[in-house]
Amino acid sequence: MNFFRHSLTVAGKDLRAELRTKEAINASVAFALVILLLFSFAFDPTAEQTREMSGGLLWIVFAFAGALILNRSFARELPNDCLDALVASPVSGAALFFGKCLANAILLLAVELISLPVFGVFYNVRWTQRFGPLMLVLALATWGLTVIGTMFSALTVNLRLRELMLPVLVYPMVIPALMAAMQLTTVLMAGEAIGADNLIWFRLLAGFDIIFTALGLVLVETVLVG
Amino acid sequence: MRQKVMITLCGLAAALLARNLYVILLRLPDEAAQGAIYRIIFFHLPSWFTSFTAYFLAGVASILYLVKKDRRYDAFAVSVTEIGTVFTGMGLVTGMIWARVIWGIWWTWDPRLTWAFICWLVYAGYLMLRRATEDPTARARNSAVLSIFAFTTVIITYKAIDWWRTQHPGAVLSFRTGGGTMDPAMEAMIYWNWLALMLLAAVLVMVRMKQEHVQGEIEALRRHAHAL
Repeated sequence: MNFFRHSLTVAGKDLRAELRTKEAINASVAFALVILLLFSFAFDPTAEQTREMSGGLLWIVFAFAGALILNRSFARELPNDCLDALVASPVSGAALFFGKCLANAILLLAVELISLPVFGVFYNVRWTQRFGPLMLVLALATWGLTVIGTMFSALTVNLRLRELMLPVLVYPMVIPALMAAMQLTTVLMAGEAIGADNLIWFRLLAGFDIIFTALGLVLVETVLVG
Repeated sequence: MRQKVMITLCGLAAALLARNLYVILLRLPDEAAQGAIYRIIFFHLPSWFTSFTAYFLAGVASILYLVKKDRRYDAFAVSVTEIGTVFTGMGLVTGMIWARVIWGIWWTWDPRLTWAFICWLVYAGYLMLRRATEDPTARARNSAVLSIFAFTTVIITYKAIDWWRTQHPGAVLSFRTGGGTMDPAMEAMIYWNWLALMLLAAVLVMVRMKQEHVQGEIEALRRHAHAL
């Protein structure tokens, strides 16, 4: 139980720091809006066309916006050697990682929930038709993205080229989760139920989350402590 | 000693490749449906096998490094990964040439091809991460962790033809289909050429490991000079 208490403490600390400075979330929301705007130039946003690719568009926005949040996750701890203090604290590496994942997932979900209505208005998509399943997809895929992202954020935290390396490493690795999320989001945005043919994507998402959460929890200690 | 082993392996690889080329080009007949171009399979499949073997060995070496913290495992991991990406590139290029002739296009976004490309990107990321990390211990540790993550893409690439319906042909080799899909003489040739490419890869890995060793020595000397 200590593990969860420690994780929640770390997550609470991260969220509090973020809410006070708003350095990552402001940039992330603004970035998401800019990309949504740019998409309107990339193609003709007529209603029919958009519905067919809505999942893909949204998840590209979320993945880009997510990179900004994930970049800050461990980089925030660098000034004043906070990371060393965290590693030296009684909190285990796994709990630290899990807490950071939680905080990042909550922040990214917030960005997504702000972007969704904007997307709906700009592109004339009625996104609330299957609200429950859509939220489930958002939660699962966001978790997948943040688990990989937080892990790689820890890997790249001490690099000079941190901001460049993180997306290069994260995007190819999260493709299974993104692929499933795009597929499911497109179906749900069109107002259709998740049929038997799409259930496999749900399983893929859940499997991705479980495998990489486990892998992250096991390996993070070596990355942080050595 | 090491030099002799390398030269012997190199000679073996060259001789085997020459013999294989002779059989592939002059002895084996054209394939019924595809004509002469099918011969590219003798390089396409073996280069993928070689690169997957390399990535597997890199994964094992990475785990061993994390357990034992011995720099030699790290040197081996980076060497095989580099050679692996070269053979992945070779697999992609031979596949593209083949696709151009048979499908009429260089590339299509079918799951097998896409995953093969992702696999290459992930391992290219691994090599970039190594370049970007200056501290040798952190470099070895972080890239070992990344290598373990990266190996999942190899598994997906390998299984892609079973999990999705792909434009890329499904399994043809008898150990996956149970036989009857390919002439035994042709299938045997694939394994022979795999052996040749593996020998070549082994030589390249040895050269690369030597470089890693020298680089480690240079780094140590530089630190020593700094301390003075």
